[in-house]
Amino acid sequence: MGLDFSVVPSYFDTLLLGMGWTIAITISAGILSFFGGIVFAVTALYGHWLIRLPVRLFAWLFMGTPLLLQLFLIYFGLIQVGIDLPAFVAGVIGLGLHFAVYNSELIQASILAVDKGQYEGARTLGLSRGQTLRRIVIPQAVHAVIPPMGNNMIALLKDSALVSVIGVMELTLASQQAISRTYRPFEFYLAAAFLYYVINLALEAGLRRLERRIAASR
Amino acid sequence: MLRVYPFFLEAALLTIQLSVLTCILGLACGALGASMRLSRLAPLRWIAATYVSLFRGTPALIQVFILYFGGPQIGINLDAFTAGTIALGVNIGAYMTETIRGAILSVDKGQTEAARTLGMSRWETMRKVVLPQAARMMIRPLGVNINALIKGTALLAPISVLELTQTAQRFIGSTYKPFEMFLLAGILYMSIIYVVGHGINWLDRRARIT
Repeated sequence: MGLDFSVVPSYFDTLLLGMGWTIAITISAGILSFFGGIVFAVTALYGHWLIRLPVRLFAWLFMGTPLLLQLFLIYFGLIQVGIDLPAFVAGVIGLGLHFAVYNSELIQASILAVDKGQYEGARTLGLSRGQTLRRIVIPQAVHAVIPPMGNNMIALLKDSALVSVIGVMELTLASQQAISRTYRPFEFYLAAAFLYYVINLALEAGLRRLERRIAASR
Repeated sequence: MLRVYPFFLEAALLTIQLSVLTCILGLACGALGASMRLSRLAPLRWIAATYVSLFRGTPALIQVFILYFGGPQIGINLDAFTAGTIALGVNIGAYMTETIRGAILSVDKGQTEAARTLGMSRWETMRKVVLPQAARMMIRPLGVNINALIKGTALLAPISVLELTQTAQRFIGSTYKPFEMFLLAGILYMSIIYVVGHGINWLDRRARIT
């Protein structure tokens, strides 16, 4: 059986729809991982030990196991305890929390690297502990780790292919659907790879622009 | 519950086996890729840069699928284990290429210049001066790649390689205990990563003293 790419264009709308979902998942999970990362970082550093300990344990579990396993646990495991999430939601939560943990590691290191004088200065000016963190320390810390968090975002885009396994109709599953009708895996997976590559290039270009703007604002 | 343990242990062994093979292939691709990216011949540099860009720019899962499901169409018939190992190894090799290249480039330029001034050839300079220093610096970042590839072996579950994640999935069908099965697999993954992480730390410490 040779290769025949002429079948690909007739499934273009299927692939495009899948691509749209891939972008939607990446953006939703990206936003969750950004804010989740900040929340995890702050609780891991400053929370009461009753909160700090579970957060650290959670981070440790999420960094030590495969994302695929976490997606399965959230999607199939939670059904066992009566929580039946739609696949899309489970996928976004799984991806979002997974990368929130990685973002949190970056932000924690960055918070600790913010000059102590900033903290002391703010406190001297009469800001409360919470205000100092919220208005002075965290904005600086987050600003400094935007480039590495961008790398996590790119990793998130590629790992979004994993949610096809729990049945989210994104690019990978859309190409599988086309394959099940045409029996042409090589052509369609290659087409999917090409589309992922295009999104990846666009995302990289966007992140580079963002980094330049940040660099200019300093 | 008790009767599943032997199957999980066997699956953990398969995960370790996959990780070791993927790691060896990845390091080979990484060393080759890095030396091509640093080559004086422009075409070699371009080939390596394209390799890195394509394999880092698309999902590993898709790469596994292309080789395993698409391979037969172009005359490559591999079983799931072999196809998966090759795809994951070549994929992580692209990341390792950048790691190794980064470590080599981080060696002070003065070292190369001094060695060349002393009359060493380019190859001698690389082998006797640059690489021994770069090797120390690449242990930790390569450790990050290795950590990722161990977790990445779970990507072979969708092509039915009986590693830890696939084994957990299969037992859910018969036990209806998804939480316990995935937790058991998770604990085994973490044990593997814990041991490997300590090994890398140990290597890193030793490399620093000397």
